[in-house]
Amino acid sequence: MGLRDALSTSDSADTTQPGWARLREMLAEFSKQRAALGFTPTETATFVMSFKEPLFERLRREYADDPAALAESTWEATEILDQLGLYTVEIYTKTRESVILRQQQELLELSTPVVELWTGILALPLIGTLDSSRTQVVMQNLLEAIVAREADLAIIDITGVPTVDTLVAQHLLKTVAAARLMGADCIISGIRPQIAQTIIHLGVDLGAVITKATLADAFRLALKKKNLSIGAR
Amino acid sequence: MDRIPLLKIGDFLLVTVQVDMHDRLAVALQDDLTERIVSTRARGVLIDISALDIVDSFIGRMLGNIAGMARILDAETVVVGMQPSVAITLVELGLSLPGIRTALNIDRGMELLKAAREETGASASDGREAD
Amino acid sequence: MTVEKQTELPLKAQEDVVSARQLVRSWAVELGLNLVDQTKIITAASELARNAVIYGGGGLVRLEILLDTGKRGMRLTFEDRGPGILDIERAMSDGYTTGNGLGLGLGGAKRLSHEFFIESKPGAGTRISIVRWKS
Repeated sequence: MGLRDALSTSDSADTTQPGWARLREMLAEFSKQRAALGFTPTETATFVMSFKEPLFERLRREYADDPAALAESTWEATEILDQLGLYTVEIYTKTRESVILRQQQELLELSTPVVELWTGILALPLIGTLDSSRTQVVMQNLLEAIVAREADLAIIDITGVPTVDTLVAQHLLKTVAAARLMGADCIISGIRPQIAQTIIHLGVDLGAVITKATLADAFRLALKKKNLSIGAR
Repeated sequence: MDRIPLLKIGDFLLVTVQVDMHDRLAVALQDDLTERIVSTRARGVLIDISALDIVDSFIGRMLGNIAGMARILDAETVVVGMQPSVAITLVELGLSLPGIRTALNIDRGMELLKAAREETGASASDGREAD
Repeated sequence: MTVEKQTELPLKAQEDVVSARQLVRSWAVELGLNLVDQTKIITAASELARNAVIYGGGGLVRLEILLDTGKRGMRLTFEDRGPGILDIERAMSDGYTTGNGLGLGLGGAKRLSHEFFIESKPGAGTRISIVRWKS
């Protein structure tokens, strides 16, 4: 087993040494597989540490006449298997973290789609609380969409956003400024009374940014700017 | 020294900036444009920066200078094709390119220039349209 | 904190500013910075490199890849033996919002970086360092 190889290529009980690399790799794979199968980290670690019993049995027989050597090698074996067991727990934790991270990414992408309302008119309906990093990603997506769909009008609707703090307000304004530099105009719609109050209290200057109470109003304005109108048949 | 080519499209001049310019080249561009606006009686300038992934303060000033000089020569300037990361960086930098119109692409830029011409009422008899 | 990799580039002529931008770009791509972060550091480098050439009488830029606990980043240090900056505070505050009187671009470079360090004495040259960490 890999344990024997590792022991023969390293002379210390420190499992972080290079000689242990292959065994650590095997255990990492093993830990990930077990995690995928639904085993708890304790179960996996316990499995690794269960090697102690047969190992100690073997050592007892080998060193039957030398209690000092037996004690020393038993201690070394314990150290090694403990480290390896803990290593599987570490890998488990890291794997869980990367799954969570990936899910967060997917959630981010799902929850902020950019919608084309009409040729050259985009809408970005934001839903839920906005934190600084999410806002930045969302805003970048909007700017990319402006280029990709050749839209010179973008409506950022925040009806579904319960609160806005200074940082988020600043990101919104920076996005509007960036869009302007690129040649597109933004309308911010869906500003609820509470958010309007927050904006005043925070002293954020909306400047020349056009705001509308509802997405519908913003859409009407967008059509007007493009000299379009919707008529009845 | 290589110079950035200028293209005449109808009444307008089109500049496509594709190289990472050093300062001398940028200054040469300004000079060339000024000269060509006069010699071709261009009514508008389109600067396509879609290939630029960096716009620093020097380029920003160059664009501002071009727009200013063009206006004195009765030509409007539109900058087109700014990349999103460039726009975001300019906003962080605090550079706002005042007095410069922008559009998403060359087509939109042309539309903007034509509309601007109509607004200012292109006079038919300003003595310069001799040929 | 360790320096994983480093190199120096002279900044004597305008073409060197372009070379500096290109080198910073390739290191930024290698470091794995996202597009916006790449743009920010290259733009800041362009400002500071130009300053070194035009106001500093020429100098150099040192590029370093840093490794700190759990994070990697890039540090750029611009050095020149020029006249130095008399009033650093004022130089920093002359950002582009005021129409860029001194043209130093320092405030801008600071806004585009995670860390900014400046040391300058009249007659003793200038040293400016900026850092951007990979997020």
